[in-house]
Amino acid sequence: MQIARVLCLLAGGALVVTGILAGDPAAVLQKAIRICMECVGIG
Amino acid sequence: MADNTKRRLAIQGVAALLQNAHFKGFFTGKIYDGPGKNVCVPGLNCYSCPGAVGSCPIGSLQNFLTGMRFRVPYYVVGLLLFFGALLGRVICGFLCPFGLLQELLHLIPVPKKLRTFKGDRTLRYLKYVILVVFVIALPIAVKLTPFFCKYICPSGTVSGILLALSDRAVASKLGRIFTWKLSLLVLCVLGSTVIFRPFCKYICPLGAIYGCFNKFALVRMECDHTKCISCGKCKAACKMCVDPVETPNSAECIRCGDCIKACPVQALHKTVGERPLGTETKQAEQS
Repeated sequence: MQIARVLCLLAGGALVVTGILAGDPAAVLQKAIRICMECVGIG
Repeated sequence: MADNTKRRLAIQGVAALLQNAHFKGFFTGKIYDGPGKNVCVPGLNCYSCPGAVGSCPIGSLQNFLTGMRFRVPYYVVGLLLFFGALLGRVICGFLCPFGLLQELLHLIPVPKKLRTFKGDRTLRYLKYVILVVFVIALPIAVKLTPFFCKYICPSGTVSGILLALSDRAVASKLGRIFTWKLSLLVLCVLGSTVIFRPFCKYICPLGAIYGCFNKFALVRMECDHTKCISCGKCKAACKMCVDPVETPNSAECIRCGDCIKACPVQALHKTVGERPLGTETKQAEQS
């Protein structure tokens, strides 16, 4: 269980860092700062 | 209401406020556009909510998958892995604003509260189907349509209602899809008064993800079988219908702690890593 947890935490950390280097947070931000038409039910 | 429930509702309330701290947005209808939205919050909190200061992980995940050019969502998957491995469904029980909304609705007195029903167990698998089909497969296959957000997510519908109340332009654009989503929200609201957290039990893809981590997350539950007297009080207290003696780390457990409170011999406890959590306090309270 401990090994699985440590592996998940390491993989999670590595993926977050990879994502940051690939510019993912900017893509998340771009979507989140405009009203999401699909989410609110406009379509 | 038990002290345990009061304390947890207070934590949920603070978490919901922190995740929706852009209070001005509720009056102006303008959503927050600051740097906080670079980060996904752990619970289901629509980023189009006028108060939201962070991003929704499910919405962000679909945003990557629906792009015309496929991009692997490293960042969002990494955050979900991280949150899951640390807390598992503690997030559902303590940090999710939509979970709080359902719990508050469940406090409304109705003639009969439904604990379980025929098909309840089978219906629990629906959230995994929704995760695979609506959050992952359909957005990848069809492109440009975040199916879960567009056709199911009631958190987004609440955001739509809040935005429409403060912005007439939004209100004038609401059409058939909104009517569909509103029907689902009404069903969820009415269902929550009768059944404890129906959205979390049967629909929520985040709950499906975090549930997979419950067995090995940092925060877990343990049952000391040498102390257990098999009285069944823990199982009877569990509103998610888990048997904490048999499966203390069931994917359905939201770590509310009601079973711990119900146990007359302190056989159940939460653990952080391998260390028991709060047993000393409980023993001190009893003595």
